[in-house]
Amino acid sequence: MKFLLLFFEFFKTGLFSVGGGLATLPFLYSIAERYDWFTVHQLTDMIAVSESTPGSIGMNMATFAGFTTAGVLGGLAATLGLLLPSLLIILVLARFYMGFNEKPVVKAAFSCIRPAVCGMIAAACWQVARVALFTQDTVQILNLSLPQISAGALILFVILFTGTQKLKWHPAAFIAIAAVAGIVFKF
Amino acid sequence: MKELLQLFGSFCKIGALTFGGGYAMLPMLTRELSENRGWVTNEELLDYYAIGQCTPGIIAVNTATFVGYKRKGILGGIFATLGIAFPSLVIITLIAGLLQNYAHIEIIRHAFNGIRVAVVALILSAVVKLWKTGVKNAVGVILFLMAFIAVVVLGLSPIWIVVVSVTVGLIPMAIDRLKGRRTEK
Repeated sequence: MKFLLLFFEFFKTGLFSVGGGLATLPFLYSIAERYDWFTVHQLTDMIAVSESTPGSIGMNMATFAGFTTAGVLGGLAATLGLLLPSLLIILVLARFYMGFNEKPVVKAAFSCIRPAVCGMIAAACWQVARVALFTQDTVQILNLSLPQISAGALILFVILFTGTQKLKWHPAAFIAIAAVAGIVFKF
Repeated sequence: MKELLQLFGSFCKIGALTFGGGYAMLPMLTRELSENRGWVTNEELLDYYAIGQCTPGIIAVNTATFVGYKRKGILGGIFATLGIAFPSLVIITLIAGLLQNYAHIEIIRHAFNGIRVAVVALILSAVVKLWKTGVKNAVGVILFLMAFIAVVVLGLSPIWIVVVSVTVGLIPMAIDRLKGRRTEK
């Protein structure tokens, strides 16, 4: 039953996520919220592993999430679920609509999907930031109790983000640096 | 059958040797499929890749299905797709299994707490990149904000956001078409 549900959730993800591996992130967050399959913390670790191993990020994350939920077969169910919509849609397109991406209708729709996908990934980024950059404690500012930001994490973040903007390094390089910093400074 | 297995093998190789996701895959695709195998031309590959980017699903899978179908029909599409998924399945299952056993060790916990910070930086850099290519006018900025708020504040399903943004994109064309009909009368 869990396998079917995993397959179905990832089928939906494959069907509605447009524009590359990270576009599946908002869907994974929504799954984390609706089921007790994996936590947001675990999801963040999955992103890190998926970005630093071979293969497409979306598929890596599906395998990981499925495995965490229900073992080896869970990983298989999630990955096949994610693949199936692509397979069906492309088989139809390859047969009937070769110039699909040049059609004005498609171009018009995509001009508006792109900013929305960008906004959804920004939202996922905020959700990761909440667990990665803030501590469990709260701080009182005026009458509001706000989450306490972790100074060390913030400094590391600024350095790494500047790095991603200035250097053309592979994501795995930044992940390795962060892992070492995490061990050395006991994050 | 031989060519089906070759398709599976080639895409397996591409999946196992590309680091960094779909966008990093194009150079590997060109080398293996057009230079080594001569299955497609570079132009065809770019076309498939462009279509793969604006259809739902994982770009790498979309491209694999396309090439497989063009070579060997529906079965070809299936073999190529399974080929590109296979390395992910094996590698991630191994790593996930290992992590499950070692996640409680303190040094690994510290490492992953650090890694989370890098994940924020990497996602934010992806957002910056997408913003530069995708958000081109005021409508784009509004859609960006709408999507962000819908997820963070309202907790709406991403499916609705995709559906709404497609609809917004099609409104100007629908209006044009309606106008066109009226003038014809």
